[in-house]
Amino acid sequence: MSNRDLILNRIRHACTVEYVELSSVPFFHQKNLDILDKFKKVFTEMGGEWLDKDLKNPLKAVNDKLASAKNICSVVSEVKGNYEITSQSSPNSLHDIDFAVVRASFGVAETGSICLTEKDLVVNTLGYLPQHLIVLLDPKEIVENLHDAYARPEWKIYHYAALHSGPSATADIEGVLIRGAQGVRSLSLLLF
Amino acid sequence: MSVNMNLNDDALQHETEPKGAIINGNKPIDQLEAANRFILAQAHEKMHDNRLWDLRKKRDAQMHLIPEWEELRQLASDIKEHTLEHLAYYLEIFEKNAKANGIHVYWAIDAEECNAIAIKIMKDHKTRTLVKSKSMLGEECGLRHAVEKEGIIVIETDLGERIQQLDNEDPSHVVVPAVHKSRTDVSRVFTKTLNAQAGNNDIHYLAETQRETNRPYILKAEAGMTGGNFLVAETGAVVVCTNEGNADLSANTPKLHIVTVGIEKVIPKLEHLAVFIRLLSRSALGSPITQYTSYFRGPRQQGGEMHVILVDNTRSTRLADKQFKAGLKCIRCGACMNTCPVFRRSGGLSYGSTYAGPIGLILSPGYNKHKFRNLPFASTLNGSCANVCPVKINIHEQIFTWRVVLAEKGELSFTKRVMMQAAGKILAHPSLYRAAISNADRALKYLPHFLVYNNLNTWGRQRDLPFTPKETFHSWYERNYMKKGKVHE
Repeated sequence: MSNRDLILNRIRHACTVEYVELSSVPFFHQKNLDILDKFKKVFTEMGGEWLDKDLKNPLKAVNDKLASAKNICSVVSEVKGNYEITSQSSPNSLHDIDFAVVRASFGVAETGSICLTEKDLVVNTLGYLPQHLIVLLDPKEIVENLHDAYARPEWKIYHYAALHSGPSATADIEGVLIRGAQGVRSLSLLLF
Repeated sequence: MSVNMNLNDDALQHETEPKGAIINGNKPIDQLEAANRFILAQAHEKMHDNRLWDLRKKRDAQMHLIPEWEELRQLASDIKEHTLEHLAYYLEIFEKNAKANGIHVYWAIDAEECNAIAIKIMKDHKTRTLVKSKSMLGEECGLRHAVEKEGIIVIETDLGERIQQLDNEDPSHVVVPAVHKSRTDVSRVFTKTLNAQAGNNDIHYLAETQRETNRPYILKAEAGMTGGNFLVAETGAVVVCTNEGNADLSANTPKLHIVTVGIEKVIPKLEHLAVFIRLLSRSALGSPITQYTSYFRGPRQQGGEMHVILVDNTRSTRLADKQFKAGLKCIRCGACMNTCPVFRRSGGLSYGSTYAGPIGLILSPGYNKHKFRNLPFASTLNGSCANVCPVKINIHEQIFTWRVVLAEKGELSFTKRVMMQAAGKILAHPSLYRAAISNADRALKYLPHFLVYNNLNTWGRQRDLPFTPKETFHSWYERNYMKKGKVHE
């Protein structure tokens, strides 16, 4: 007998309860919640940097951040970079990027998260190897909570997707919070 | 910082780090002995206690922000129970969907097999360096040591886990592995192993040192390894929750991604994942979510490979044991440790076991009844662990049940046996009990300190015994009521 069958048989032997369908999980939506306000609040609490939209020049805050950066990899059409990648780029070659600019698929107000799929990132390591990450997000794509988030189609379409909630962080030494652990040192967001 | 805190911090930075339980083959771990040494290191003990209690308070603050918190706990408990009742069914669905996405799926009966499968995959891919993110299952299987024995370099990429690896010490907590160390302790380790500046215990500097020294390994490694917090049967996906970004780096940079995960981690659907993600980090660290909640449903487009090893290692045996089955619901958040007065004041390494604290008391004897026979006694049975558990495991009840089971299996230590036998005789006979109580009170008043607080009396070792009343309740009742006929007053 294979390991697989041995383990499954042992489990079947231990399980004797008849199958009853689980009832579906409620969405727990709150009444009168300002989703955008909540998103901004939690995103900032998680260590994200909120970029304000300039009325005349909406991308000004992004361009200001990039003004003195050396290697800029932008995979969004709205922002011009100087570091080209394709889906065939080697994942570890992205280590010398200072700023990456990407567009998130959606945001989650409850946790201040943004969802980056393999399509958004082009190469998955673009979300982690650059020193800083700038994210554009369509405000219409912000859902209320994680129940809404996991009801989205992305999880069934892509092989890789991650919720980013602020930049990488650690509090492993004496509980002191440090933003910029192994991944990006900062995560900035512009609603655009 | 107040003057007092400065003094405390000064003491902490100058105090020698207490080490964990003495491990001697299959000999029973003496948790109490290690805990006593931990308590003697007063500044470390205080820091540890404060840090974990702070996490507990943050958890409470998060809980109060969610009106449906208790409903979520009940849902999480129900989903886990349901999945465990139909575990074979959901594992088969997971396997089918994962394979359809191009993931290789393996089944391992025990730790040895898990390690052998992982090593074979790595050798087939000519792996010289493995970058690994934190995994309790990996710890449980001794995976890192097994892989290193094969001449493969293993780099732990989580900061806390890396500190522990470089110090040749096990992680002391499931979520914060180096929580028992001061920044000076870390600085000493990094000076010795990472060529860090001696005497520089600045926390930013230490974290930066690890980031900079780890990165070259991440960039050149042939293989990456992660654990799995959840397996979603419906989509065949592995979900990993981390804060440092190290799991995503480990899994996405090398060509090869290996996942080692316990079979109990499967959940039916994405809608259930939402319930657990809402609870996990709030319970663990008191943050709304981990910085990264990563979802791997298949290998990367650019020539990536993904291998998932499903590990049993006593889980199917536990599943058949009605008394202890609920332990399989655990999502490894560590909330029970953060709230436990024994854990906070004795340190995770005192348990000498992969799983420490309350959850460790009920999981560890399942792996080895003899070696971990003392652990279920490292509890006051206050039940706080069960109150904070996000999946409602009856931890304190199981701790008590383990005591009964261990007594029945002849796995009580000598002193516990002697004391229990004496107590058993006295408690079984009311007249003997009354005489003993009244004598004991009298005796306690006059016995010299050394007789009460001796080595056989394990109660006296940890506690001050109470002041003794002038007379027992029974004799007071008899004098005031029974003799005067006031019983019905």
